[in-house]
Amino acid sequence: MSADLNVVGQSVERSDGIGHVTGRTRFFGDRSFPGMLHLKMVRSPLDHARIIGIDLTDAERVSGFVRALTASDVPHNLYTILGLIGVEPEEEFVLAEDRVRFKGEAIVAIIAESEAAALEAVSKVHLDLEELPAVFDVEEALRPGAPIVTSWGNNTFMYEGHPCRRVRLGDVEAAFERADHIVEGVYNTSPIEQAPVETTGCIAVPEANGRYTVYTNTQALYFSLDNTAIILQVPGNRLHFVGGTVGGGFGGKVDVIVEPIATLAAMKTNRPVRFAYSRSEEMQVSSTRSAWRIYIKDGISRDGHIIARKVTSYADSGAYSRQTPYALTKHAANAAGPYAIPNVSIDAYCVYTNRQPTSAMRGFGVTMASFALEVQMDKIAERVGVDPWTIRFINAYRNGDMKPHRKLAEDATLIETMQAAAALVGHVLPDDLRAMTSAPRDAGPDGGRD
Amino acid sequence: MASRIVTFDLGGREVEVMVRPMTTLQSVLRNQLGFTATKDGCRQGGCGSCTVLVNGQPMLSCLLPVEDVAGQRVTTLESITPAEGLHPIQQAFLDAHASQCGYCTPGMVMVSKALLDHDPAPTDDAIRHALTGNICRCTGYRPIVTAVHSAAEAVHDAADAMRGSAGERAR
Amino acid sequence: MARLRGTGMAAVNYPTGMNLGGDPSQALIHATTSGSFVVSLSATDLGQGLKTVIGQIAAETLGVEFGEIVVDTADTDTGPHDMGTFASRATHRVGNAVIAAATEARQALLDVASEELEAAVEDLEIDGHGNLMVKGVPSRSVRVADIAALAQFKYGRTIAGRGSYMKPKSIVDPETGAMDPDSTEAHACTVAEVEVDTETGEVTVLSIRSAYEVGRQVNPALVAGQIEGGAWMGMSHALYETTAPYYPAVDHSPRDFSEYLMPGTLEMPIVESVILEMPSSNGPYGVKGLGEMTANSPIPAIVNAIYHATGVRIDELPVTPEKILRGLDAMAHASS
Repeated sequence: MSADLNVVGQSVERSDGIGHVTGRTRFFGDRSFPGMLHLKMVRSPLDHARIIGIDLTDAERVSGFVRALTASDVPHNLYTILGLIGVEPEEEFVLAEDRVRFKGEAIVAIIAESEAAALEAVSKVHLDLEELPAVFDVEEALRPGAPIVTSWGNNTFMYEGHPCRRVRLGDVEAAFERADHIVEGVYNTSPIEQAPVETTGCIAVPEANGRYTVYTNTQALYFSLDNTAIILQVPGNRLHFVGGTVGGGFGGKVDVIVEPIATLAAMKTNRPVRFAYSRSEEMQVSSTRSAWRIYIKDGISRDGHIIARKVTSYADSGAYSRQTPYALTKHAANAAGPYAIPNVSIDAYCVYTNRQPTSAMRGFGVTMASFALEVQMDKIAERVGVDPWTIRFINAYRNGDMKPHRKLAEDATLIETMQAAAALVGHVLPDDLRAMTSAPRDAGPDGGRD
Repeated sequence: MASRIVTFDLGGREVEVMVRPMTTLQSVLRNQLGFTATKDGCRQGGCGSCTVLVNGQPMLSCLLPVEDVAGQRVTTLESITPAEGLHPIQQAFLDAHASQCGYCTPGMVMVSKALLDHDPAPTDDAIRHALTGNICRCTGYRPIVTAVHSAAEAVHDAADAMRGSAGERAR
Repeated sequence: MARLRGTGMAAVNYPTGMNLGGDPSQALIHATTSGSFVVSLSATDLGQGLKTVIGQIAAETLGVEFGEIVVDTADTDTGPHDMGTFASRATHRVGNAVIAAATEARQALLDVASEELEAAVEDLEIDGHGNLMVKGVPSRSVRVADIAALAQFKYGRTIAGRGSYMKPKSIVDPETGAMDPDSTEAHACTVAEVEVDTETGEVTVLSIRSAYEVGRQVNPALVAGQIEGGAWMGMSHALYETTAPYYPAVDHSPRDFSEYLMPGTLEMPIVESVILEMPSSNGPYGVKGLGEMTANSPIPAIVNAIYHATGVRIDELPVTPEKILRGLDAMAHASS
């Protein structure tokens, strides 16, 4: 620890620790307001369907029913969360219009005096749906003739005219020709629920001055406010978002799903409205981590240097974009791993299917790449005939190396980190690996690699 | 069905609530009485965040109709927090960094209290078994188990000290 | 049937910050009459401890005790803009914004002290414990709190600062993928030991041992908390978690915690780690983002350990007992 620092580097007690252990920490759901109403969603029971009709007659008769909201009530119903940072097109509906694209998609918001009344009214909304063919697999979705999920005619996000995020460095095909070994692998991962112990939710409260205060557990207060302002077509200054205390996020509270509709409900009823996911909605409806299918083909020289790496990745975005198109860019930037590889080709596809949408989760675009790459590294080691440590040391990136995305590496410390891990577990590294550093190759004792 | 009045002991004071049938204790605590330390992570009996003690036994308040605690003794995290400072279990959770987001913490503390009330010197195995019904997504559980161990020691030391001073007074 | 043990490793890096940048965080700081400093943010604490580490960074920069800092977050009426808590960005981005705000507030404090002590600003220092003094002249020392009060009541000044941090947005070249996708990179290397029961296919993770290079630890206990929690989540992802157990099939999706499986207190492995600190060039006090990556290296380390134990390569997550038993069957079938 640096001697000139006073409190940075000290394990001071958490400033919210006493609140947590006494239960006095105030989460959004610990607030209640006189006259607070409850919102529950009518959701699609089908994976893909055309909406023929919605009959609210029986729901409206439920004692405690206050009102329903449908697509026509939402001022700007078609949106995309990342529109704020220039991602196009707008493609998700706050409330479904003529079609539902996944089981669980929101169709009607029911507002009632109690949760029980809201749930009862939800159960009494009659939907007339015409089932449509659905697609559930990332590669099936790309085949000719597959049901089209999106509004733009194919099932991938388009990156400036390309159906995938591309990274190209050198010439992989030529390097495969001269490689001594080719190692190929295909890796599949499941969708995963963020599962914070506190579910996603908010309470929108009309204020005397015509503004709306929204108590929310979003991970991104302004992101939620700005998207809500767009969807409701109100100036941002009519909205006041309060949060900052969140019962776990892990990426699950980055989408902006609950705040716009709850705020609209508060506007339409002039009463506080609470909308929080149930645990089963959290698992079955809210965004998950994407399922991934990752193909890796590596060309390796006899001495174990990876000379070419080709990665083709498909992330299942589900029915809508949410944050997933951005995850593929992050994935593409990191899909060659922390290794110095002169020839790299990466195609990363954001694929739409009729599944529950996927979005941010801890390790966004990278966690599953790390899984695939690090299992692949062991396969390479086995093929070359060296141990798992050696294969990683001899390919480890160093400062000054050009990464596949053409930024020169800085702050690289993979080698030092592996040396520390070896020491921790008592694995004795040979002298040459122990002597390596992440210093730039022309500066290091062993000079340029090859 | 008609509402009815239910009376129970909440942390040493008698409370009286009017409820519809099948209203849960969790709902009464949080929504009627404003006792929000009892959390609300799933309402399915799956996460343990709503754990309270009923006559000293840990119970999932989200599954418990409040009629079932009529005339019983209910203890929540609010009622074990002393006027000054912290309960030894709370202090141990704080010291061991056993909460991160804090949402599971009330349930964890209440389960730990029930355990230590019945078994003041639990084995590691006993602690781990006691906590199996409570989900934490942040900590990986070890800091929580560590906290319960140190709380047991603290409670033990406090009891020793009290016995000691009582002994001195007796002399 | 047997219980087979194996060891596996994995090494990873992880980028800090929203990968293409353009993600500002801002902070405001002001002194109260009693010399406390209020840091106003709209950033969010998810439990990782942002409120705490931001207080530490503010205290360090201002030169006062940690207890003098009040972190007020998050409220869009009082806190300036922040992009959000994700992408392992909060400590890095908000920390840098807070350093900028605290530096400006510190300057305002020194300006008042300079008049009050009749000394040049460059001759003044703050000792880290709330004392402001003329360098080398301990007798000419005042409390920061006193200067804060004098600023308000004698000089009519604010002791305040504004700070912002933003990595400029990088535009991706659509043909080559050329881009600047990170502010810095943190690193991890994990070694996992497992035991596989070939009768049931069950995997017991015995230990997860890791080295982490995190630039700078603002709060080592909170760093340890992220690593321990991440190791558990990585193990959970490797062996248990899925909302679609038979993807692409859509059935068997879980509705509650009895169907969505995660390891609990009975499955805790030994978790040990060592921390390296090699400060980044652009993080506050050299910080690199740590929060997300702690789940990453345990996953392949565990999967590689299962292969080492059994000879069965499973390239599909989660590695369930069913997949292991099918793999063992296939291996037995191939060799017979």
